[in-house]
Parts: sequence; C-alpha cells; structure tokens
Amino acid sequence: MDHIVIDRITKSFGAFRALDDVSIRIAKGAIHAILGENGAGKTTLMNILYGLYKPDEGQILLNGRPLRMSSPADAISHGIGMIHQHFMLVNSLTVTENVVLGLEGGLRGVDFAAHEKRIRELAKSVGFDIEPAAEVWTLPMGMRQRVEILKALYRKADVLILDEPTSVLAPSEIGSFLESLKTLRAKNHTILFITHKLEEVMHVADRVTVMRHGRVTDEVDAAETTPRELAQRMVGRDVIMNLKRVKSAPGEVILKAEKLVATDDRGVRALDALSFELRAGEVFGITGVDGNGQRELSEVIAGLRPLDSGQIMASGHDIGPLDVKRRKDEAGIGFVPEDRQHTGLVLDYPVATNFILRDYDRQPASRHGLLDFKYMARNAADLVKRYDVRLRSPQQPVRFLSGGNQQKVILAREIEAKPKILVIMQACKGLDVGAIEFVQNTIFELKASGVGVLYISTELEHVLDIADRIGVMYRGRITGTLLPHEATSERLGELMAGVASEVV
Amino acid sequence: MVRVVQFLFVTKTIWAVVLALLVGSILMLSAGANPLYAYASLFGGAFFDYYGFGATLVKFSPILLAGLAVAIPLRGGLFNVGAEGQIYMGALFCAVAALYLPEFYWPLHLLVCALAGALGGAFWAAIAGYLKAYRGINEVIVTLLLNYVGINIVSYAAGGPMMEEGAPYPYSPEIPSSLFLPHIMLPTDAHAGALVGVLLAVILAFVLKYTTFGFALTTVGSNPQAAKYAGIHVQRQMVVTMALGGALAGLGGAFEILGVKYRLFHMFSPGYGFDGIVVAFMAGANPILVPIAALFFSGLRSGAQFMQRASGVDSTVIDAIQGLVVIFVAASLAIRFGESRWGKLLAQRRALDDQLTPVEKKNA
Repeated sequence: MDHIVIDRITKSFGAFRALDDVSIRIAKGAIHAILGENGAGKTTLMNILYGLYKPDEGQILLNGRPLRMSSPADAISHGIGMIHQHFMLVNSLTVTENVVLGLEGGLRGVDFAAHEKRIRELAKSVGFDIEPAAEVWTLPMGMRQRVEILKALYRKADVLILDEPTSVLAPSEIGSFLESLKTLRAKNHTILFITHKLEEVMHVADRVTVMRHGRVTDEVDAAETTPRELAQRMVGRDVIMNLKRVKSAPGEVILKAEKLVATDDRGVRALDALSFELRAGEVFGITGVDGNGQRELSEVIAGLRPLDSGQIMASGHDIGPLDVKRRKDEAGIGFVPEDRQHTGLVLDYPVATNFILRDYDRQPASRHGLLDFKYMARNAADLVKRYDVRLRSPQQPVRFLSGGNQQKVILAREIEAKPKILVIMQACKGLDVGAIEFVQNTIFELKASGVGVLYISTELEHVLDIADRIGVMYRGRITGTLLPHEATSERLGELMAGVASEVV
Repeated sequence: MVRVVQFLFVTKTIWAVVLALLVGSILMLSAGANPLYAYASLFGGAFFDYYGFGATLVKFSPILLAGLAVAIPLRGGLFNVGAEGQIYMGALFCAVAALYLPEFYWPLHLLVCALAGALGGAFWAAIAGYLKAYRGINEVIVTLLLNYVGINIVSYAAGGPMMEEGAPYPYSPEIPSSLFLPHIMLPTDAHAGALVGVLLAVILAFVLKYTTFGFALTTVGSNPQAAKYAGIHVQRQMVVTMALGGALAGLGGAFEILGVKYRLFHMFSPGYGFDGIVVAFMAGANPILVPIAALFFSGLRSGAQFMQRASGVDSTVIDAIQGLVVIFVAASLAIRFGESRWGKLLAQRRALDDQLTPVEKKNA
C-alpha cells in the first residue's frame, strides 16, 4: 500500500518553476530515494512534504487521505520527521535533553530519568549504539545524525525525510549509516532519502525517483536498474551537437596538471592523483556529479587551496610556489569561482570597486598606495557598457545586482586582466537564458583569441555546448575524456557513475 | 516613506542615546532632582565651562584613542575588547622610555616615548591577532584576558622594580619635565593628546577609504574569502590590523603618562579602554565619528561632579546613565531591517530596474 502519494505538485518561485507536475508514490516501509542534480527540485519537494512550503497546485495524500499542513509542527503531528543537512542540535546539551527539547509539556517539570530510559530503549530497538547521557559535542558526526533521527522517532514519526544525509559524514561513517537505514526499514518506517550520490542509492534504496529541472524523469525499482542507467536519467537528454561552436586549432599545452592530490574543507581527500592537459585556444570541459572534487580542482589551480602533492605547470613553469596574486599576474590564470557571492565579489562594495578587486594594489587602480577613484569610475563605466551589466549606477553595491549581472561583473574583471588560462566554475548556474548565451559567446571569443579555458560545471548541457573535449570527474579523478560526438548520455553516465572506462 | 525609515535607521544611535537620557531622568526624579536642571548642569559643566571643558578634554584623549583602537579592528572583522590592557602596556613602555633612556633633544625624546607607547599597545594586541589568524583562537577572549595581564604587569612594575623609593603608593618616579606634553588650555590639565587623537581619527578615516592598505583591511573585514581571492594575505592582515588598533590604545596610555600623570601609577585608568568599546559602536566603527562619540562620553564622565554640586544628584547616577547608554546603544545596533521586509523592498526595486533598463536603452 502507498504510504504517501505526491499528486501532481507544482511550485513556482516567481517565474522559476521549481516543481512542475511532480507525482511520486511512496510505499509503506520502503526506502525511497529521490535522486537528482543540485537544483533539480529535490529540496523544494521535501520542504513541501515537511510543511515549510505550500504547493501552488496538487496535493499530498497520507495513507490515502489528503494532507493539509501549514507548518512543520503539523508535519510532526502527522508522523513526518525531517533530518536536515545541517543538524539542529544544541551541542552543549546531552542526547536526552536534545531529544526532549521542544516537546510539549507546558510548565510541568520534565522527568529526565523517565525520558532517558525510553530513549535508551528506543535507540536499542532501532540498533543505535548511543548513550543518552552523553553530551552531543562529544559525539562524532555520524552519531549526531542518529540523535537527529532519534528526535524524529521519539516524536512518533513513521516517515523520515533525510536531506543529503551523507554529505556531512566522513567516508568511514557512511556505510554504518546506510545499514542503520535498513534497520529502520525493518521496523516498518518509511524513509525518503534525498541524494545525488548514485552508489548510496544502489546500496539501500528499494525504489528510486529521478528528478531533473523540477520534473520526474523516471521512477524505477532499484533492483531493476544500474548506476549507469540512473546517471543517464539524471543527465537527461541525448547529445545535440551545438552549431554555434567555434572551430579552432588548439595550440601547445599551456596548463598541465600532474597527479594532483588535495583535501577538502573537512580533510577528506578530494583530488586523487588527477591529471589533465589544457591547450591554448581550447575549451576543456570538466563535468561530473557535484561533490566529486570539481570545486577543489578549481581552487587548487587558482591558488586558493594547497596541493598535498602533484604539480601544476602553466606555460611550462611550475606554479606550485606562486600565491594567488602571482598566479594571476605572472602565470596569467584568471578564475571565475563557483561561489560568486562569497568568493568572487565583496557584496557590500560598489560595482566599480569590485571591478578592481584583484588589481587594487597596482597601477592603474592605485598609485603609491592611494586608490584612484577617477580611474575606477572610468573603468567601471567602460566595462558596464561593454559587458552590458544592468545597474542603476556603478557606485551601487554589487549585492543589489541580479545573479546574471553579478556574473558579468566577475567575467568582465577576469577577462580584462587578459588571462592566458581561464578557469571558470559553474559559470551559468542560476542564470537566465540571455545571460547564459552571453557567457557562452564570451568564452568562444576567448577561445578564438588563444586563451585556454577550463570550464568546470555540473550542468552537462552547457559543457556539451561549448567544450572541445570533456573530462568526467568521479571521486577526485578524471575517469575518462571524450570528444563531444562521443559524449552520448550512456557514455557520460558510465563515467559519472565511476564505471571503468575500458569499454567503448 | 522609505527615506524616513532610512533616516531613522541611520541615526538610530542618536535615538538610543536620547532614550537612555530620558530613562536616566526617571532615576533623577526618583533621587528628588529636576532632570532638566541636572542635565543642564551636567552638559553645561562639561562643555560650556572653561575648566569643565578642560577636564572633559583630559578624559577625551584616552577615550578617543581607545575608541579608535576598537573601531579599526572592527572594520577589519576583529573585535578588540582589550584596549584597556593595551593602554596599560602602552603606558608601561612609554614610562620605561621616559625614565631609563638618557635624556636627549626633547622633541625627539618625546616622540620616542610616544612611539614606545604605541609599540607596547601594538605588541599586546598583536598577540591576540596572531593567535586568531594562525591558531584560530577567539580574539575576544584573548584580548579580554590580556587586559588583566596588562593591568597586573603595570601594578607589579609600579609597585616593584619601577617604584619610587619611599612612595606611599605604587608609583614610579616622575618623568623629566622636558617630556611633559604641551598643555592646550592652561591652567587646566588638557593636553595636546586630544588634538593628536582627533588628527589621527581624520588620518585613519582617510587611510581606510583612500589607500590600498585600508582597502585590504576593510576587504578582510567584509569578506575574508574574497580577500584571499583578491590576493590579500588575510592572516598577515589580521595581525597588522590588530596591531594598529593596539598601537592607538597604547598611544592613549602613553599620553596619560606624558600629559596627565607624569608617573606610572598602578590602576591609573578608570576603564577608558572599556569606554572605547561603547564609543566605537556608537560611531558605527567610523573613525571620523569616533571623536564625536568620545566627546559625548568624556563629557558625561567629567560633567558628573558639576551635576552633583548643582542639583545634589549623586554622581553615581551618572554611572547608571552610562550603563543605560551602553544598553540602549547595544540594543539599537541589534535593530536591523529584517531580511524579509528589507529584502522585499529591494527585490521590488530590482524587478523594477530590470524592467526599466531595456526601455531606457531604447530611448537612449
């Protein structure tokens, strides 16, 4: 019997359709995975299930009855518990205190001993090895996640929604976490598991719904599918050759990465002996499921993240000892970071100031340690015009520009620095069609002028549109490099899922 | 409407001070005095009486420099609550330079003493800056605790190795009279430190806005990640920012020795460094506004005796009113435009802009 039916749900934010006619049937006592790239609408859907958002159209049926929810409290009272990506725990309190926190009880005293006993029994019954008297800060991340689950179970939740649950876990914790999901399933709990990691889905899920651009593209039994097929569904379409692509004759190798090894912010290895070559006048696209080391790769090249081992050669010189500034000025590496609001721009600074962010301490932006505001104004007026940045005034803080215009500010700055190598990460994320076209044409112009472009993106269609070669990243390695005409969704799917690349 | 709200928002600190004074008048009423008369004697004494204003300026110098010592790191994303300790270390370094260096050409010697004070404060603050930047230790805690270390080091020095023989109280011998800071309002104690402080406030405002050094400092404060991307050495900048703040407080300490006390006393500061925190926040961390906030605060302190004499209100009421100012200013800083309300207004304008721009382009 279906425990939850999501029936033709549509949800828009302004002009953006986050969910478009989504229907999913979730069986009682099953682990149901919702798989999709970032921005596919998974989280929006879960927030609707949890009562945080109201759908524009459609309804949710719980045990066959329509569900009306206006807040998370309603969701909990219907037995729906959500485990967020970021834990909602008070680290200085004990497990018991955290679980009890927020339970209704008015002004009556709380009988912690009784609660603790019940929590201990509950933990035991679902196979969690947790000491209720332990303070949360002493527990590893995997245990804290179980405390979150206990919180939901203690409130009699029989539906658990887990939003990207493994993204905060160390690799060694993931296995036992997935096992605990199976234990919960055995207790007849229904589990909704949002993820973009294929191997986890294959490991635990009974049924899989694949989403893309706010639509359900497929719903299958996990037993009847393969990672390859799922990746293909996530990617979505067959390759359509883009006619805009400018042909160019790639020159010599200007960027050579050899056996790069680096760790991410949590200290987990993100790049695992990754190697590639980029030629002048070439666009090398790098794609893959999000979180396979793309961000770390871009930061390592730009000099924002240290290399653990390996070597990066730009125009034949090892750039390892150079800092961010010298990589830009001496090696000619331009960088458009993934996170434009937190890395690429200082949001509270005027647009004109952001244009000189990476050149502030040399001529013509400044002279003898004094900023040249006249030059900045002239420069801004010029760039705003040439790059068609829509704004009221160049003195306006860049915070108030739309995403597309913010991206143009960064692109203008990086391109005007006349780079030999340009690393662009997620260039088109969140941009509208017009802005995307602008970015693509800009990249074609750069390529024609002999710049080597490393285009890193999870948005496969954009990579296919502009790249001359496409490398696919999986777990910090490039699992295969394809020419655009070879890049069928089947091949890409294989490589993105980490299937060995010997077969053609 | 938006403009009115914006005006009220920008001037919120002033409203907070007014509210604090209003609540303070309740205290005065309960003490049986006429608040209007009490405030008139307070501010009249502090600002419109020659001797009173001189006394205000004496307090103005350290409070202003302490305010700058908090404001500058604040712009660099660091919270320096250690100005008090930095004042003490500045005074110690200055006193050592004044007492133990052989006397030489006095303007130079005076300069060396002042710089020694700045160095002492800078050193003290740089400890916290270094621990924050390279070891990730919270600078609030480190500067706070270093206050007590600094105060006690001075107590030890003034009561031990540097103590004047036969002194009834821990203090050092007097510094050579050639090193006394020039007075600016004889016969009051007001000294040139107040003028130097105002000059420094103006210079710092210029530095923050127009120099690459200031740009690096405020960029680290606004967005350290983007600062790194811009090629700024974020960690080094944090240490330098803290040291600059500490240097200002240290200079304030040096001026206390050179301009007012002429000796190193133990416990010589009545908490100027902590007043500096409030002053910096009242000024919104803007160096050019710090002198105004500092003048108000020092006036409050020096006008208290006038008020006590004129209206019989105990001067401890002023302590309470100072506390009220702190509370109200702190509360006013917590007022932000809610993301939703402000965000909605902005989203509307942005949507309007996106609509307008193409049309304007066509017209142009």
